[in-house]
Amino acid sequence: MTITLDAPRLVKTKALLSIRNVSKSYGSVAAVRDVSATAYPGEVLGIVGESGSGKSTLLRMMNLEEIPDCGDYTLDLPEVSGNLFELDRFERRMLCAKRIGIVYQNPHLGLLMDHTSSGNVAERLLVAGERRFGELRARAQEALAASEFPLDRLDDPPRDLSGGMQQRVQLAKAIALEPALLLLDEPTTGLDVSVQALVLDTLKRLQQERQITMVLVSHDLGVIRTLADRVMVMRRGQVVEAGLVDQIFQDPQHPYTQQLVHAKL
Amino acid sequence: MSLSSLTKPWQPMSYGFLDASAKREIRRKMLKAVAVPGCQMPYASREVPMARGWGTGGLQVSLTLINPKTCVKVIDQGADDSVNAASIRRFLADVSGAPTTLDTLQADLIQSRHRIPEEKLAAHQTLVLQVPNPEPLRSVQPNMSIARQMHADADYGRMWLQLYEQIVRSGRVMQGASYPAMVNGRHVMTPSPIPRWDVPKLHMAQHLTILSAGREKRIFAVPPFTRVEPLVFDDVPYKVEDHGDLTCNRSGARGFFMNEIPLPDGSSTHEISDSDYGVKTIRARDGETVEMGATWYNNGQMEDAQ
Repeated sequence: MTITLDAPRLVKTKALLSIRNVSKSYGSVAAVRDVSATAYPGEVLGIVGESGSGKSTLLRMMNLEEIPDCGDYTLDLPEVSGNLFELDRFERRMLCAKRIGIVYQNPHLGLLMDHTSSGNVAERLLVAGERRFGELRARAQEALAASEFPLDRLDDPPRDLSGGMQQRVQLAKAIALEPALLLLDEPTTGLDVSVQALVLDTLKRLQQERQITMVLVSHDLGVIRTLADRVMVMRRGQVVEAGLVDQIFQDPQHPYTQQLVHAKL
Repeated sequence: MSLSSLTKPWQPMSYGFLDASAKREIRRKMLKAVAVPGCQMPYASREVPMARGWGTGGLQVSLTLINPKTCVKVIDQGADDSVNAASIRRFLADVSGAPTTLDTLQADLIQSRHRIPEEKLAAHQTLVLQVPNPEPLRSVQPNMSIARQMHADADYGRMWLQLYEQIVRSGRVMQGASYPAMVNGRHVMTPSPIPRWDVPKLHMAQHLTILSAGREKRIFAVPPFTRVEPLVFDDVPYKVEDHGDLTCNRSGARGFFMNEIPLPDGSSTHEISDSDYGVKTIRARDGETVEMGATWYNNGQMEDAQ
């Protein structure tokens, strides 16, 4: 018996996220210089780099919180077209609420600390127009269960929760509406190693179950290696190297990447 | 032509106390407020001989709308005879020469604090509500600039979240007075601290309602036949106070908004909050002929608005 293999072919899938030639400077500081990135559906794109390399700024641009000086940004979604940086404030807010989820390193940025945890998740559904209390409650519970949050603490405010649990609430909030794009800004930094591993497990499982496209920013090469498919290395606002994770970590080309990989003990 | 023929004789103050430019400004702002129902319009808020927070906003609107033929009624928590209501009514009459009344049906202009009369208002009547805090978003967003942006974007998610939290924590919506309401499907307003009982009266009403906050310097309005919908979840119905079964112990009126009067033995009794309607009920009981208008609530039930 012979095994017939498909001939090698080009991938024809359209990129879900494509950001082209963006630059942003704050006064004389150029935070991001002429950066382009693409992410395909179901893929995890890692962005790695030292502090101040512009990776978080780039992520904030993807969440439309920050508008660059130049460049454009498109998402391959039925409801939007054209350069997303040109949307007005209202359209931007609705797009972010409905299709983009974000998890910040600092839970204070993403959560209302004095409201209940389930309320934090429900807020997103409310912004998107859900007006049934029973439905809100059920979907908040479902999202919190999916991010492995202990449901007996459903109505505790995030300020009473541990760091790991706060990240889970953020994650539940981000996935509550089945977003097309999930942005993760150092989601595990500041957590101790065992909790970090648990949160990473949850992320990995969600990614496999739901095929969510993710962009993951981290300075931790271990996290990138565990989760990402492709990686971009950034330094001083520019991309110095990009490629598959194994390729970058096994055979780094750029001197900075080599340094980075070797520095990882 | 002489100078004296072109000028008016000296007067200690302008008609209706406020000077012409102040009235002009308030008139313009009222028109704007009517044009965009529920949207708060800033205005200058002049000094009036009353402390801010005692109804100066409502008073300025009344002074602007008043003319010698306007029949004025002033109520405070439903009562015509409280000190604040009586003083404002006397002041309005003194500075304008307008007739005053206690009868809801005869009034053209009703200035009110915290209640809407039980008898239905007609198209020729204007209700002026005194508002202490015009910003419904204040509890969720203390920064006024951001709150204004949220109004512009119709970003009321936080408002809804507040209701969600109240139901989660207490099993029901805890908001008593000034229940937030969506006006004309666009702006959320606080209907001044009227009880939940009164909010449905504003929905598709025949009369014009002007809400004015003197200390916070904001005017907003509910024009006639405008939708006013309290924010409620689809599966948690809006509830008014449980006053439908209460009977007033003085007038015997039943099914209206009541004041609770504590008794020395620890129990309590109830009195109708709309004092003029209570007086009418007593007179009718005693055999006098009084004209009683149609009421919004009948047998303790709000009739369905068209």
